[in-house]
Amino acid sequence: MSKDFTHHTLSFRLNQAIVVASPTPGQRLSDVLREELGARDVKVGCDAGDCGACTILLDGQPVCACLTPAHQVQDRDVDTWSGLYRRDPAAKALADSLKGHGAAQCGICTPGMMVSATALLRERPDPAESEVQDALSGVLCRCTGYRKIIDAVMGVPAVTTGKSHGVGSSIPHVDADEKISGDLSYGDDVAPAGCLEILVIRSPYHRAGFKFGDLKSFAAAQDLTTILTAADVPGRNLFGVIPQFVDQPVFAEGEVRFRGEAVAAIVARPEIIAGLDPESFPVSWRKLPAVKDMQSAQGEGAAEIHEGRVQNVMCGGLVARGDAEAALKRADVLVEGRFRSAFVEHAYIEPEAGFAQVLDGRLEVHACTQAPMMDREALEAILGMDAARIRIVPTGVGGGFGSKLDPTVQPFLAIAALKTGQAVRMRYSRTESMQSSTKRHPSDIRLRIGANRNGKISGISFFGEFDTGAYASWGPTVANRVPVHASGPYSVKDYRAESKGVHTNNPPAGAFRGFGVPQSAIAQESLFDALAEKLGMDALEFRIANALENNVPTVCGQVFEQGVGIRACLTALRSAWKRESAAMAAFNSSNTTLKRGVGVAAGWYGCGNTSLPNPSTIKAGITPDGRVVLHQGAVDIGQGSNTVVSQIFAEALGVLAKQIERVGADTDITPDAGKTSASRQTYVSGNAAKLCGTALRAQVLERINVGPDATLYFEEGAIIAEDASGMHRLNLSGMSVDADGFVMRAEETYDPPTEPLDANGQGAPYAQFGYAAHLAVVEVDTEMGTVKPIRFVAAHDVGQAINPMLVEGQVHGGIAQGLGMALMEEYIPGRTENLHDYLIPTIGDIPPIETLIIEEPDLHGPHGAKGLGEHVLIPTAPALLNAIKAATGVRLTQVPATPARVRAAILKGTQ
Amino acid sequence: MGYFAPDTVTDALRQLADGSAQIVAGGTDVYPARGRAPAAKRYLDVTSIAGFSEISHGPDGTRFGAAVTWSDIVRADLPPVFDGLKAAAKEVGSVQIQNAGTLAGNICNASPAADGMPTLLALDAQVEIASALRGPRHVPLDAFVTDVRQTVLEEDELVIAVCIPALPTGMTAAFEKLGARRYLVISICMTSANVLLDDRGAISEVRVAVGACSPVAQRLHQLERELVGVRPGAVTVTDAHLSPLSPIDDVRGDASYRSDAVRAQIVRAIQRAGTR
Ligand SMILES: Cc1cc2nc3c(=O)[nH]c(=O)nc-3n(C[C@H](O)[C@H](O)[C@H](O)COP(=O)(O)OP(=O)(O)OC[C@H]3O[C@@H](n4cnc5c(N)ncnc54)[C@H](O)[C@@H]3O)c2cc1C
Ligand code: FES
Ligand code: FES
Repeated sequence: MSKDFTHHTLSFRLNQAIVVASPTPGQRLSDVLREELGARDVKVGCDAGDCGACTILLDGQPVCACLTPAHQVQDRDVDTWSGLYRRDPAAKALADSLKGHGAAQCGICTPGMMVSATALLRERPDPAESEVQDALSGVLCRCTGYRKIIDAVMGVPAVTTGKSHGVGSSIPHVDADEKISGDLSYGDDVAPAGCLEILVIRSPYHRAGFKFGDLKSFAAAQDLTTILTAADVPGRNLFGVIPQFVDQPVFAEGEVRFRGEAVAAIVARPEIIAGLDPESFPVSWRKLPAVKDMQSAQGEGAAEIHEGRVQNVMCGGLVARGDAEAALKRADVLVEGRFRSAFVEHAYIEPEAGFAQVLDGRLEVHACTQAPMMDREALEAILGMDAARIRIVPTGVGGGFGSKLDPTVQPFLAIAALKTGQAVRMRYSRTESMQSSTKRHPSDIRLRIGANRNGKISGISFFGEFDTGAYASWGPTVANRVPVHASGPYSVKDYRAESKGVHTNNPPAGAFRGFGVPQSAIAQESLFDALAEKLGMDALEFRIANALENNVPTVCGQVFEQGVGIRACLTALRSAWKRESAAMAAFNSSNTTLKRGVGVAAGWYGCGNTSLPNPSTIKAGITPDGRVVLHQGAVDIGQGSNTVVSQIFAEALGVLAKQIERVGADTDITPDAGKTSASRQTYVSGNAAKLCGTALRAQVLERINVGPDATLYFEEGAIIAEDASGMHRLNLSGMSVDADGFVMRAEETYDPPTEPLDANGQGAPYAQFGYAAHLAVVEVDTEMGTVKPIRFVAAHDVGQAINPMLVEGQVHGGIAQGLGMALMEEYIPGRTENLHDYLIPTIGDIPPIETLIIEEPDLHGPHGAKGLGEHVLIPTAPALLNAIKAATGVRLTQVPATPARVRAAILKGTQ
Repeated sequence: MGYFAPDTVTDALRQLADGSAQIVAGGTDVYPARGRAPAAKRYLDVTSIAGFSEISHGPDGTRFGAAVTWSDIVRADLPPVFDGLKAAAKEVGSVQIQNAGTLAGNICNASPAADGMPTLLALDAQVEIASALRGPRHVPLDAFVTDVRQTVLEEDELVIAVCIPALPTGMTAAFEKLGARRYLVISICMTSANVLLDDRGAISEVRVAVGACSPVAQRLHQLERELVGVRPGAVTVTDAHLSPLSPIDDVRGDASYRSDAVRAQIVRAIQRAGTR
């Protein structure tokens, strides 16, 4: 019968139960499932079919709920992940396999991935790799690099490297169950359905003046709850992550400095927001000349984007040691080049989202964040409100990679909740997220490197400009970090590296895995290959010969007596290098259009803040009923700190990680474990956890009066200690309980020992570095210019792998991001503002990855461990570019190396 | 305001005659295009209309109902001349998109990068259109899409089916797509080739169509004529052959790259079609 839904409700089977709903015409199924029917396991990452997070089964077939008109499912069967997980034993087994592989990192893609995989396994119980890729191709994952997901779906036995328990064992993520079940609440999952929503009005121009029309009558006519503008900011209308560079307004005043900048926000009931055309908002724009690249920003006549930042230069960084110019003059062989890179978007699958309410006069903000304490500080200033009255509760974070360090939705939510006195929520649209969140800095680098005839580097001169966009964000950090790292992990006596952060009318560039170092590594590692070629040396041996070692000063003059693991990483690649080089030669001798190439590159990265204090505090206690509770304020954004910190703490206390009860980050409850950035959580929070576990153990041992070797057992209401003399019992029930509910407690802080850098960048910027070397094999279609990575071998010095499976997961994910940066990712404001036009790697783009874990223990790290999160993508892009050179004979000096650029370079090279 | 999901063509046409409605099939173009804008006032959903999901063969050719999805095409039992269409279907977006997206929606959306266009042009497709006010008509595909996002459809008209005339037996087909990543990618350029070889292995009939290199995908008629008698392995493509194309610069590639890559792609498509 023809259906006219105008006056009828919709009815269908949701996870086998008949449900009714009353969608408006054209409403998306995803919206109805999440809001009206409470199925918040259906995630929304783009509302455009590009990410697959919203995948459901419609009559058994996977479709995107965000593209399905709700009315289309009348009388049909809809299954979401949470229903399949609870009902279908095969789906549950698949989820367990995923957990065993550690293949849910942030977990936001997991429901969509698992729905797709369930549909595949029903048709093909024993799928081939290519079938898994075809079936899962519609779901993007930004964290895992997909390989572990493929293994999990194919039923490959889970990795069992490392010890069976404790530090060094590959235990599954301690928070895996809530992720694989789809139960974890992310930024958009905590608000009650129907609460007020916020829609931000943003600039369509790179630079413009603006004037509002009659906001009052617009609000009245549209039945809005309120409109927010700069006038509604109770405190200071500015935020920023670096105290000297707080320069970004919550709402622009008078003039916008980039496309996507907020000028106002509408607060209204959801049905009003849904029916509102943002174009109708009463604001008139006066387009102004904008600078979109660094050259014109510094050119004559360019307007100063921030008063007093002359020629739009935000700040610079310098590291100078010896005399680079003299060394380059002396050098037997000299290479030079100019390398450029584009804006790179973090493209986490979860857009920024959150919820806020006012409770008993206090403000509570729930949002996906990497830095709850910094959020609170920012709100304190923006709201002019005492920090004690602000509570930040991080939700699950569906990927961050640096961009969720800066405030995004939080100020809007806070101001709206305070002004209306009501609960409010918001989720950025994908386009809004891409337009307004921070990016990786585009770079323009000029580099010269000299070497003597014997193949020793004699000097490096580096000059890099970084487009920091309209606001500073983490730009100063990039400017400082780059000169420290631009030598790569090598011994260089005569060195000069200068960096400059330049403002443009582009989106603010901030923190993104590596803080500028991946960009400088492209230049340096590419020229190392060129230098080796000129010298007639093997590219890998050339690096080994110049690798930094213990007791050899870095370019900052910092001398590590131990823990320098780059040589071990490079030598670990020797056998793969030989094997793959031979395979390449054989392949190329029998192919003309397709050409293979092998490339290597290395990298290093200092863990923690550069020469600045960055302490972490971890608290733990024992309850009267014998539970061990760990207060863990380090936000897990998928990188695994919940697991790693628990493992380290448990080892120190002498129990298993699974016995620990974890209290997640909450500024009201957990002490400050610092921000999740700079690859610091394993190292810094890990150390605090170790100190805390050790202190708590000491108390217990003392109380029971047993020696340090005693084994502890926690039971209901008691602790049992076992030593050579037998069992000793401590009853907890009679002991006095403190405000946190603990009978015994410990709270410990760790801050890495660093020393300030002098005017020439000399000093001790980091207490430890981590090291890495990658080998990449590619196949280039020389007629089309397409590059297909075939294999990676990645050697990483992590000091001590706290959890080898998680190490592999980080390596895979980092390589996927490095690959994206090298081959396809380019954010262009106004042009690639969605995941349709901005391409990140899909499941078909990541080849097999072999991870070689190198353990060169570090004196400062917990159990010798070093940070890893950011190190992983540093060598990837240059290794790929070096492989493309080996395959085609042409060197790409601009990333991404898109098919058009590769083909153009080939044509130019063969002329 | 309304959402109408008729099960007969008559009901559907009556709705269209009553005033403008947003036609929706798989929604895979409709929803991304809408973005954050409010929903349309009236929707006409064509996926429940009787016969719209059917693929039928007859002596006169093959008919794809307007709600036939890419997945339906992948699963259908079709002669080898449809291998190009099947290959294109497998390259559309992802499984999710193929399960919802339709062939008719693809051509009605009239994107220069629509993967269905070159294959259907190479198959000499006709578009079957109905209207309560004007009656039915058949329009050849190359006349149906007139420009970027423009078709000859009037507001009261509905596409009923895409029809492929009977094709020479023994004709084979291939589809080549160039994109910057493996899945979920809009084509930089794509080529469809249908080839009929004579007993000596030379081309006796060939149809070549190229997409994403002009506002509307184009058949390369001069090339088709000049390739008769040539072996697939000896095909060369000249600038003159490419004269119907007018590639542009966009985020996926520049014009000169497109012209260059499509040349190699055409050769590959013909060779692949010719080596069955
Ligand atoms: C993530 C993603 C990836 C994609 N990848 C590709 C790709 O690789 N290649 C490609 O070619 N396309 C791609 N597309 C575009 C889209 O999926 C296809 O064009 C699809 O075939 C459209 O079909 P549909 O049924 O979903 O159309 P709809 O969105 O339902 O409709 C599209 C247009 O056609 C009109 N229409 C539909 N049916 C009729 C009818 N019977 N009569 C008159 N008008 C009608 C609608 O009004 C609308 O204007 C992709 C889309 C997404 C979201
Ligand atoms: S939310 Fe549906 S595909 Fe991204
Ligand atoms: S785990 Fe896949 S997106 Fe984070």
